[in-house]
Amino acid sequence: MPEPLWAVAMSGGVDSSVVAGLLKREGRNVVGMTMQLWNQRRLPELASDGPTGRCCSIDDVYDARYVAQLIGLPYYVVNFEEDFEKQVVRPFVDDYLHGRTPVPCTLCNNFIKFETFIRMAEGIGAEKVATGHYARITFNAESGRWELRRAVDTTKDQTYFLFGLTQPQLARTLFPLGEMVKSDVRELAKSLALPVAEKGDSQEICFVPNGDYKAFIEAYCKEQGIALHDMRGDIVTADGEVIGEHGGYHSFTVGQRKGIGIARPEPLYVIATEPETKRVIVGGGDALMTSRFAVGDVNWISIAAITAPRRAAVRIRNKHLPAAATLHPTTDPSRVEVHFDEPQRAVTPGQGAVFYDGDLVLGGGWID
Amino acid sequence: MERYYFDHNATTPVAPPVVDAMLPHLRAHFGNASSIHQEGQAAKQALERARRQVAAFLGCAQKEIVFTSGGTEADNLAVLGVEGHVVSSTIEHPAVLAALKNRGHFTLVAPDRSGVVSPDAVRSAMRPDTALVSIMHANNELGVVQEIAGFAEIAHAAGALFHSDGVQACGKIAIDLTGVDLYSISGHKLNAPKGVGALFVREGVALSPRQFGGRHESGRRAGTESVPLAVALGEACAMPREDYSALRDRLEEGILRSVSDTTLNSAGAPRVPNTTNIRFDGIEGEAMVIALDLRGFAVSSGAACSSGAVEPSHVLMAIGLTREQAKSSIRFSLGLGNTVEQIDRLIEAVTAAAAHLRRMAPAYA
Repeated sequence: MPEPLWAVAMSGGVDSSVVAGLLKREGRNVVGMTMQLWNQRRLPELASDGPTGRCCSIDDVYDARYVAQLIGLPYYVVNFEEDFEKQVVRPFVDDYLHGRTPVPCTLCNNFIKFETFIRMAEGIGAEKVATGHYARITFNAESGRWELRRAVDTTKDQTYFLFGLTQPQLARTLFPLGEMVKSDVRELAKSLALPVAEKGDSQEICFVPNGDYKAFIEAYCKEQGIALHDMRGDIVTADGEVIGEHGGYHSFTVGQRKGIGIARPEPLYVIATEPETKRVIVGGGDALMTSRFAVGDVNWISIAAITAPRRAAVRIRNKHLPAAATLHPTTDPSRVEVHFDEPQRAVTPGQGAVFYDGDLVLGGGWID
Repeated sequence: MERYYFDHNATTPVAPPVVDAMLPHLRAHFGNASSIHQEGQAAKQALERARRQVAAFLGCAQKEIVFTSGGTEADNLAVLGVEGHVVSSTIEHPAVLAALKNRGHFTLVAPDRSGVVSPDAVRSAMRPDTALVSIMHANNELGVVQEIAGFAEIAHAAGALFHSDGVQACGKIAIDLTGVDLYSISGHKLNAPKGVGALFVREGVALSPRQFGGRHESGRRAGTESVPLAVALGEACAMPREDYSALRDRLEEGILRSVSDTTLNSAGAPRVPNTTNIRFDGIEGEAMVIALDLRGFAVSSGAACSSGAVEPSHVLMAIGLTREQAKSSIRFSLGLGNTVEQIDRLIEAVTAAAAHLRRMAPAYA
């Protein structure tokens, strides 16, 4: 029997390049693949020369192809632009237009990197896919479940964006960097003589140049002929007192302090946005604190759906330190009520809530 | 791993006699064909001999051949070199379509569902200021052959010139340039190297140049001629040509018989004998191409974009296929080196890959 084929998702960055190099060095039968997700030249008014938002640029494909050639891998670019737009870009824009703050990286993981890509990999005869994500996958023989765990390098841990992975997806996936720290990965890149060892980390949302999501939404809606209704409205306090006007609710997100443009003795934060009334509700820092909220579309990873209250540490955005909470089941197994022990700042509709037990990811879902 | 190449419409291997013919012109004979000395004269002789070979191949006069850097330059020269409105088709190669978009002032006619462009469609697209009709001789993706003499008549009746992109027809079918004013060919589709092509320009046809410099190629194409490449093209034109229709039919019948839910694109249309384009319902063509490549077989699907990813073919969309159907179509194009044994292995590999991909497709689960 020939060595089974593994497909490495190569972005042209240092992490996935090291994954490809490591697996090849181990003598694995590896094929390198780059996902073409978005055409950078599609919205020309967003032309960017900055270091961020360079997803799927010709430069990255060039780097990935060069690394594959140096390592000696067969290499292909696969076109997922249609799927990416349907599953990630369009929902991202819709969420903002409906006053939510989306997490496109999670959608991309759920529907593209670990769905379309795995299907493509299986189609070409690969048994597993490997990516440069920082996370760990283990198999629990007792429960019969694949488990997701935080990366050893907690500063690089990406489990917040991986809470949607299903058991069949986890069974086919390898995260070789989960046990490593980033500095070791860069050292490995040097020892493997990879030309991308010094390349900067990708940041922000890959298809949004310079993190300017407002400009992206406007350009995309214009291209698609989506009439952007007037999103301007009032800035009001929680009591309904109108204290100013804003230029479009889609440019505000819960917890935001900058850009409100109203001077007050105490700092003002966005508490909520209301697309129906076009109002942006603001208040002091205290008003941002929340103890209880609901999470929908929960995906259970390391445990089966809970039937009784369970203690967990809950993370409500990528940079949030998981906070102690109790998860309460509801009649719907994909829906959970979270009760924090201490109120947390800026629980934001549209963001993910991920449940941890130590380094174990129990599951996660979307904040209502 | 042994490789089996079935993508001759993309490019062809350089034939050994072609390599042999060009080597002396890379080594000993380095002269500039415009120089008056012995070295220059030797180069000029080789260049003109090559031009005679190309002319003999196309059945035209030696002076009617302009060497170019390839098919794209030949198409550009023809399409951009004539002032006025142009009538062309939606299944042309990008070398024609992109040039037209760049110059403007054109009308594209759609083919029928088998890929045939109808004379009536072209006739009704003609305008009083139409100066050029450009319809490709054979299509690169479907292999469909157009009745070019008829288009030439329509063009001439309206006082326009007729150009045909013959890149995919040359070497595959007999070429008759009766009535044709401009005709493009490409070396690397003919077992010569990349970087050389030619445009037939009927004597007396006024064509403005696109490239300016010395008076090379009778003032039609400035730039010192590449004698080795011209010699290679001449030699390739003089090569005897095989007929691949028996192998192609064997492949076509084999796949259509052993894989269910397959359809021959352009069935019923006249086609060049080396090309078959087959639709595999429920299969991602891109996955099929990669799966076959990893097993040693080179075939193609769609058009490569700048990153190397595949986009659905504009030709398949133009004959009325949906995006899904276009993406599930594979082109097999035969040429030098293909054998019965290779064809049988290809049928086996395609059958296995299709079965594997179908097991994963939701509709076929």
